[in-house]
Amino acid sequence: MLSDADRIFTNLYGLHDWGLKGAQARGDWDGTAAILERGREAIVEEMKSSGLRGRGGAGFPTGMKWSFMPKQSDGRPHYLVVNADESEPGTCKDRDILRHDPHKLVEGCLIASFAMGAHVCYIYVRGEFYNEALHLQAAIDQAYEAGLIGRNACGSGWDFDLYLHRGAGAYICGEETALLESLEGKKGMPRLKPPFPAAVGLYGCPTTVNNVESIAVAPTILRRGAAWFSALGRPKNTGTKLFCISGHVNKPCTVEEELGIPLRELIDTYAGGVRGGWDNLLAVIPGGASVPVIPKGICDTVLMDFDSLREVRSGLGTGAVIVMDRSTDIIKAIARLSQFYKHESCGQCTPCREGTGWMMRVMNRMVAGRAEPAEIDTLEQVTRQVEGHTICALGDAAAWPIQGLIRHFRPEMEARIAAYKSGTARPTAMAAE
Amino acid sequence: MPKLTVDGIEVEVPPGSNVLQACEAAGFEIPRFCYHERLSVAGNCRMCLVEIEKAPPKPFASCAYPAAEGMVVHTDSAMVRNARRGVMEFLLINHPLDCPICDQGGECDLQDQAMGYGMDHSRYAENKRAVKDKNLGPLVKTVMTRCIHCTRCIRFATEIAGVPELGATARGENMEVGTYVEKALSSELSGNLIDICPVGALTSKPYAFTARPWELRKTDSIDVLDAVGAAIRIDARGAEVLRILPRVNEDVNEEWLGDKSRFAVDGLKRRRLDRPWVKRDGRLAAASWAEAFAAIAARLAGLAGERIGAVAGDLADAESLIALKDLMAALGSANLDCRQDGARLDASRRDFYTFNTGIAGIEEADALLIIGSNPRREAPVLNARIRKRWNGGHFPIAAIGPEADLTYPVSWLGEGPQALVGLQDGSHDFAAILRAAKRPMLILGQGALARPDGQAVLAACWRLAAGLGMLTEDWHGFNVLHTAAARVGALDLGFLPGPGGKGLAQMLDGGVDLLWLLGADEFDISRIGAETFVVYQGHHGDAGAARADVILPGAAYTEKSGTWVNTEGRAQRGFAATQPPGEAREDWRILRAFSDVVGRTLPYGDLAAVRSRLEAAHPVFGRTGVLPRFACTDHSGPPGDPAVLSEAPFVPAVANYYQTDPISRASATMADCAATFVHPVPAAPVPAAAE
Repeated sequence: MLSDADRIFTNLYGLHDWGLKGAQARGDWDGTAAILERGREAIVEEMKSSGLRGRGGAGFPTGMKWSFMPKQSDGRPHYLVVNADESEPGTCKDRDILRHDPHKLVEGCLIASFAMGAHVCYIYVRGEFYNEALHLQAAIDQAYEAGLIGRNACGSGWDFDLYLHRGAGAYICGEETALLESLEGKKGMPRLKPPFPAAVGLYGCPTTVNNVESIAVAPTILRRGAAWFSALGRPKNTGTKLFCISGHVNKPCTVEEELGIPLRELIDTYAGGVRGGWDNLLAVIPGGASVPVIPKGICDTVLMDFDSLREVRSGLGTGAVIVMDRSTDIIKAIARLSQFYKHESCGQCTPCREGTGWMMRVMNRMVAGRAEPAEIDTLEQVTRQVEGHTICALGDAAAWPIQGLIRHFRPEMEARIAAYKSGTARPTAMAAE
Repeated sequence: MPKLTVDGIEVEVPPGSNVLQACEAAGFEIPRFCYHERLSVAGNCRMCLVEIEKAPPKPFASCAYPAAEGMVVHTDSAMVRNARRGVMEFLLINHPLDCPICDQGGECDLQDQAMGYGMDHSRYAENKRAVKDKNLGPLVKTVMTRCIHCTRCIRFATEIAGVPELGATARGENMEVGTYVEKALSSELSGNLIDICPVGALTSKPYAFTARPWELRKTDSIDVLDAVGAAIRIDARGAEVLRILPRVNEDVNEEWLGDKSRFAVDGLKRRRLDRPWVKRDGRLAAASWAEAFAAIAARLAGLAGERIGAVAGDLADAESLIALKDLMAALGSANLDCRQDGARLDASRRDFYTFNTGIAGIEEADALLIIGSNPRREAPVLNARIRKRWNGGHFPIAAIGPEADLTYPVSWLGEGPQALVGLQDGSHDFAAILRAAKRPMLILGQGALARPDGQAVLAACWRLAAGLGMLTEDWHGFNVLHTAAARVGALDLGFLPGPGGKGLAQMLDGGVDLLWLLGADEFDISRIGAETFVVYQGHHGDAGAARADVILPGAAYTEKSGTWVNTEGRAQRGFAATQPPGEAREDWRILRAFSDVVGRTLPYGDLAAVRSRLEAAHPVFGRTGVLPRFACTDHSGPPGDPAVLSEAPFVPAVANYYQTDPISRASATMADCAATFVHPVPAAPVPAAAE
């Protein structure tokens, strides 16, 4: 269990002042200029050796991402864009950072921008996060007033401007290139890669897009050292991570813990355990809606980090743990996710546009059992036809929950179909909507 | 030059190529819907997936993946076949099964590729999507349920046509392509949307439910409704021309075609002159060829050559022009003219009246000055080439004339010829831009020449070109943009007043006693003297035929094998797709037959002989299709007194793009377009709902 001394987000629950004074009292903005004085290379190296992996879902090493930015500008400006379009169902970690600890993010923006030679940073905030955007804007204003950002930020000699942009509420705009399109004022549709944003990003200039949490932890890592951070967690899965535990637990919460904590310990320690006890657990979606569900048997032992969850054919994603007890209609739960992805598909490329609708319709029939057993295989094949064939990862995200369902709960689905055929289908439970 | 291996075949492709182009270079067909060579890459249909070794084990969209050195590509592996089959299935699940009533049937990319790469059945058992159709105006019919969202139309409208009016609204399955607010597409190139749409979502409205492609007889030809000379394919069934499509000619029209050239085709069936007519007692009466010829011969008898004149129309082929010229010479007349609009063209040197840069040459230019021309209306395909060059960047464009939307940004220097003075003396900023450019060009339109000071404008423009470095040893930046397909050919043949001969203006008001109009309808017919005997030889009952004393029914451009010279000076041959209607005949044959009647038989009896005569008259007719690279070392320009440049603003040569000639004026489709775009009728006020 993570000791309080090792926590990065010390105002996660908003118990203290979120403003500049409070943040400084918690150690933010302490010696920022000194960090910048280390120089670009040193900062990127430190981030690399900390082993921090991106907290937005894909888990790409953050330091390496920063190092992709051109070392010398070819005349084009560089940009840092912070992805605060937190829309993954079940995820609410960035939200807590934005509203309770915004200065961690603002300071991180300065340091990260400096480390990639960017004088301008944009924070793209999910449109629905209205009050969070107000807090963040207030924090930005406070930082400007205190001379922490703006011209000669923190007295470091680095000019830095930070802008907040509110999205209009589209899940796809959380995809980094769709976010850039949206930021440019266009329709939020993912771009083709290559070229990657580090070469051609915002307004055609080198750009790095990072998750809020990845940026917000950077100042603390640089202050306390990569060795401290990498000592936490497990090899290749270092450091602490915000977990958001929701669903059928006694005390849903967001909590910071070491990567690699056993799932059961996470739920029992922080979320007050599964409703009705651990044995009442049916399944867990361990990383936000887009990762495959894992049944109780796996939950008993699995560790919460990128590689352990990948081994059980799921993923850490955003660290949003959605707990479902035995009262859950698991087919209906996954069908609801299919509906979400159908609604949020941008419509640009064929497999996702057509596949999400197909999957949703079949899933809706599966809920009632109004299908043939052979259609389960068809559905599985459809998810394979979507997965890996699309421009962005939304297609994969739509396919994986269904693949997880079929992998672990196929007997349930077959039983539902048999019950419908025999006329003994029970009315399905109401999923929480 | 990256070297790749595609299915075991090594190919080398130019840098910047994508994998799809590399596969094609290796001789493999890659199925695609959204990819189009002339549009930006969208990469959204996912049909062109290929497998690339040593890359993540998933298929890659070849159209969007840069070809790199040493890449090993598989276009027919199990993974690729499965991926294509999957994408094909997705494309079809929401595509209606209405091929039997779809106009795209038989020439549909989706049909073809479903046969080639799809499954033999569908596993989709849910309801299909239905989408409300959009009204894009009188030319493009939409069946939006068939749309597969490849966005080719959006990209064409935005990038090529320069009218960013199409876009996609909503997202996911609910995405719809449309104009946001219902409106007709305001582009002269909108018909090309029909060609680039890979499915039956955008089809031709006038051609709807007319024919199946396999019923059509296809004839390659040349468009004559503007002076660009676009390559076309005439699709006919029986005696009827049903539609006209563009052919690829990289040097002229790439693969685009203007709406008039494409859709005026129904004008070929209306108001046709299908038999000779002779005026008796003030009324035109049907007659036989012999009677018609006899009537003309009777009027000719005893008439001095100087009292006879001939005017060539804008659609005339070179064969009939040379026959008419030879006939007039045989009758002793030097009264010839082809400039119905009165353009002060100077035919003393060929590069004084042609588009010397060449249409493809526009892409090499780096600055452009447009004088008295609206290329968007006068030559939409050529305008698309200017826009293409502008899209390439670093292409300043200025224009003199009334302001108009040319689909690219233009700095307007003034409305009339006085603006030339500022460029000439360097007082205007744009003169410096032109001087700094390596390959500057100017386009001189008929609007600047068809006016009393036209000769002075021509001379001033030439001096400007010479003074601003447009005329060099490897570059000729002086261009005249014509609007009439027959004009350059007629000038080449010298269809102009001979020594002592009269021009059109002198032939009017009784200047001649017999006036032979070869399809000439574009001048003020009422100015022909009341006593003048008018012979109208042409194919449509237009202005000229209404005034005629004798009508000789000729052939339209789809009905004869003819040669036309486009504004560049490129001689091109068209071929007859159908027979002329009724008793109408090919025009040069009519003239040959008449010459026989009056005892002055023209010395050619078949098409080959006429063409030898053409080649003897001007060598350009011996080199059809090609255009030599022009350069200019002789800077001496046409004569003209700059002092007479008037203050009057230039008037565009084409006011109504859709109705410029007898064929398009007879077309109901073009009338619809004119009513929609040129003279829009304000919407009737909505009556208050009676409840």
